[in-house]
Amino acid sequence: MIDVASEAELAPRSRSHRLLLAFGAVLLAVLPFGIPEFYTGLVTTGLTAAMLALSLQLLVGCTGLVSLGHAAFYGLGAYTVYAITPADHALSLVLTLPAAAAVAGLAALLVGALSLRTRGFFFLMVTLAFGQMVFFIFHNTKLGGGADGAYLMRPTLSLFDWQLPLTRRQRPLAYYYVSLILLMAMYLGLLLLLRSLFGRVLAGIRVNEQRMLALGFNTYRYKLAAFAIAGLLAGIAGHMYAMKEGFVNPELVGWHRSAEALLMILLGGLATLSGPIIGALAFTAIGEVAQLITERKLLVEGLVILLVVLTLPKGLSGGLSGLAAPRWPPPWLPRRPPPSRPPAETPRHG
Amino acid sequence: MDFPGLLAQLLNGLQYGLLLFLIASGLTLIFGVMGVINLAHGSMFMIGAYVAYLVTARWGSLWLALPAAALGGLLVGAALEAGLFRHFYAREHLDQVLLTFALILLFEELRSFLVGNDFHSVPIPALLDFSVPITPHFAYSAYRFAVIAICLLLAAFLFLWIERTRMGAIIRAAAEKPEMVDVLGIDARRVHLTVFAVGTALALIAGALAAPLYSVYPNMGDGVLIISFVVVVIGGLGSVSGAFWSALILGLVDTLGAAYAPRVAGLAVYVLMAAVLLWRPTGLFGRRA
Repeated sequence: MIDVASEAELAPRSRSHRLLLAFGAVLLAVLPFGIPEFYTGLVTTGLTAAMLALSLQLLVGCTGLVSLGHAAFYGLGAYTVYAITPADHALSLVLTLPAAAAVAGLAALLVGALSLRTRGFFFLMVTLAFGQMVFFIFHNTKLGGGADGAYLMRPTLSLFDWQLPLTRRQRPLAYYYVSLILLMAMYLGLLLLLRSLFGRVLAGIRVNEQRMLALGFNTYRYKLAAFAIAGLLAGIAGHMYAMKEGFVNPELVGWHRSAEALLMILLGGLATLSGPIIGALAFTAIGEVAQLITERKLLVEGLVILLVVLTLPKGLSGGLSGLAAPRWPPPWLPRRPPPSRPPAETPRHG
Repeated sequence: MDFPGLLAQLLNGLQYGLLLFLIASGLTLIFGVMGVINLAHGSMFMIGAYVAYLVTARWGSLWLALPAAALGGLLVGAALEAGLFRHFYAREHLDQVLLTFALILLFEELRSFLVGNDFHSVPIPALLDFSVPITPHFAYSAYRFAVIAICLLLAAFLFLWIERTRMGAIIRAAAEKPEMVDVLGIDARRVHLTVFAVGTALALIAGALAAPLYSVYPNMGDGVLIISFVVVVIGGLGSVSGAFWSALILGLVDTLGAAYAPRVAGLAVYVLMAAVLLWRPTGLFGRRA
């Protein structure tokens, strides 16, 4: 029997699921000692992508809002680091990280306030258009180095006058662990958030917004808060990208990035908070493999999306359990839409 | 601000707006009747432009390219509807978004595989390669006049189809209350196939018409897709007349902006969209929610 409460929270549903997650976390923590240096960088990229996908999951999986402009806040986080860092010396992470989060969060508040006046497809198109507006600003003006992007001094791991002593070779390792710690903090923070009343209201909006309105919740405010938090977290992800690469360019903001983040979520599964992390790591791995075997990376990406959309509507995690019990008719055949009113509560047997 | 210059910009804006209408009308129809979002609609514009390039390069005539684009559009649209989209009408928005995103990537790869990644220019047909004198000091490209005329003609046919025919009545009904169309026992599948094919053909024709004006290049569908979304948002969901007026407004705003305030012009359309969302979230011509 599915635990309804944890389904609303997208929390791990069983002890084996929790054990698996703990194992994954430990594996990620010791991973850099078992793999070549190049792969540490690759996994760091995957962790950054995981933060982006996880932040978007707050909208897509938790609240039922499909945004196609999420990369705008990711890019704004990265560009904030570029904008506040002077040309001659690096700033501390203690300064750049909150700044990136604040700028992205504020921008999300503004964009959300406008786009959340619409719903469904309109919301999709409006978020896409606003995202492209941000792309346009960075691409067509000299504000952030123009279409070619710009290099920046990477933020340092320092507090006031004290600086973490790092050799050049240790730096990628440091970026890896900072990303991993931030990702874990983000995951646990979201888990707590979704367990609170706020999270329950978001789940209620996803299932039936009219009912939440009828219960007296100002759903617009809850959605706006979720949109702003998601934007803020995406800003943190963007900051980590800028810190790792030491480079920003308008592609970070483009809507293809937003669509890829959606793919990571669908790849990993909509129904869990850990899904986007798995999806992002898998997506990064697929991209790397595609680059190794063919020059046509986009072809592989397109085919992977097509395959996932056609055969794994529940993502990798859902797909694996689906393999054990094949379904007929197959999920891509047209089905009758589910009844708008869910059936009455049946007594549960624990 | 001199008068001939302004007139030229107004005509340019009109011509751009009408092209936008051809693209956005297909988007809004597909979307209004089937409730499916088609991100690959911009790729259809790109394919139309490449059809124009290939046909003109091979047989030297844009006049051959236009019917080829129209026919090809009908076929591609019908194939996509019957092969893929039909199975996605009842699926989540997220699935539709990703399906059509995948199509964009695949169409771009196909284009790169078949034609390559170079920029190409398409010559204006010799018959129209002259300027029409309007005042003693001002002449305007005959080809752009022809584009305006063709777009207006297609728009008129589209309106007649939707307002005066039985199929059009079903389309309007389906955009308004899809359940009622089902209840009345109308075969919705034939309507869906036709709407999708016609919408796709309009985008290909727009691409073919635009090819001599804006040249042909990779990812040219992307910008067009975004601006068509803005057209649909401002015009209102599923409203073809709304798409017409908002396409004209956006065409003029964008063109005049680029001519007289080039630094901020790219932002003008988004500011307009934000203003419309604040004022009427369902679009200028959409029904009030």
